[in-house]
Amino acid sequence: MDVRERTYEEKITEFEARIARGEKIEPGDWMPDEYRKQLIRMIGQHAHSEIVGMLPEGKWIPHAPGFRRKLTLIAKVQDEAGHGQLLYRAAETLGKSREEMLEELLEGKAKYSNVFNYPTPTWADVGMIGWLVDGAAVVNQRMIAKSSYGPYARAMKRICFEESFHIKQGQDLLIKMVYGTEEQKQMAQDALNRWWHPTLMMLGMPDSDSPHLEKLKRWGVKVKTNDELRQEFIDLVVPQLKSVGLNPPDDNLYYDEKTGHWHFTEPDYNELKRVIKGDGPCNKERMEARRKAHEEGRWVRQALAVAKHKREAPAV
Amino acid sequence: MNDTQLPIWEVFHQEKRGASHVHVGAVHASDEEMALQMAKEQFARRQECVSLWVVREEHVVKTNYDVPFFFARNTDKEYREVYGFPAPLKGKHRE
Repeated sequence: MDVRERTYEEKITEFEARIARGEKIEPGDWMPDEYRKQLIRMIGQHAHSEIVGMLPEGKWIPHAPGFRRKLTLIAKVQDEAGHGQLLYRAAETLGKSREEMLEELLEGKAKYSNVFNYPTPTWADVGMIGWLVDGAAVVNQRMIAKSSYGPYARAMKRICFEESFHIKQGQDLLIKMVYGTEEQKQMAQDALNRWWHPTLMMLGMPDSDSPHLEKLKRWGVKVKTNDELRQEFIDLVVPQLKSVGLNPPDDNLYYDEKTGHWHFTEPDYNELKRVIKGDGPCNKERMEARRKAHEEGRWVRQALAVAKHKREAPAV
Repeated sequence: MNDTQLPIWEVFHQEKRGASHVHVGAVHASDEEMALQMAKEQFARRQECVSLWVVREEHVVKTNYDVPFFFARNTDKEYREVYGFPAPLKGKHRE
């Protein structure tokens, strides 16, 4: 038996061959530092997005129109908390603790999805987040479910299943508004106008501005490029919206018979960079709300952190 | 006080009586009671479930992916397989 230490070249050849065969990488496997680093970054940002993503919709729980809509929204926000926890755990298998990640978020050092830094002034925004934002998230997450890191791919399967309920409740809510009064229909169209560009940005920088793309694809971290995901989302969602008379705010949106795809105007990626770096309409508000929730929940966490055997008086 | 980490518990989920318990993920919790509660919230919120097991992550003994020869079948073990016994039945079903 050959017990000599393998060289870096041998390890990376074996690692890349495993991925090329379509096998998953599991915790404990050797992996290049850059693979580990990129995955911790991606999974961490994904987890933070779920946690911050509870805020724009959570605000509508007390104002939901009717008891069923209120229960639905509570269930959806609980799902997002659950997704955040699944993702923090997936990142932990790569060697970064949940505590560290939560601290980075509270200290404002962590990045999260641009979309949650936009306001939700009307009830139609709740529906638009489900239809567009969760719709785009599922396109991205279905891809991740096929990516090379086992724990991340496994978490995605569970998450995608729950996101389909999120999309349906958003569509249902908006379709009822579209077939309601003229004012309700206008409210739905206004929400689409506001969420369209931020949602397209959510799928990331264009391929021409993604320096690590080649490596991330070779390592199976990304199975599709950002531009491919964006086109897939557009092709999926445009016919859905048009079927109920909602029109995306893009004068150059048309179906191209030759390519079989919808042609669309690219969003302003400089705005995406600004919002990710902290300068969006609601970044400050979101971080303040997150810190407040963290402080107000401290007594609950401290009570829960005391294990049962320490809570109960010992039997005499 | 560390109140955002907590110990890790692996969760095993049984969908119905007669099925195997299947590993579905993990939760963070300070004790067994909280671990079961968190596991129920996280993994049995929609999916059918009749039983959950939680096990402290460090109590799970694992093989190492780096030692493939542990599972290697170095010698011919066809005598463990159905295909190792090819003698056909003389069929009255043909008549």
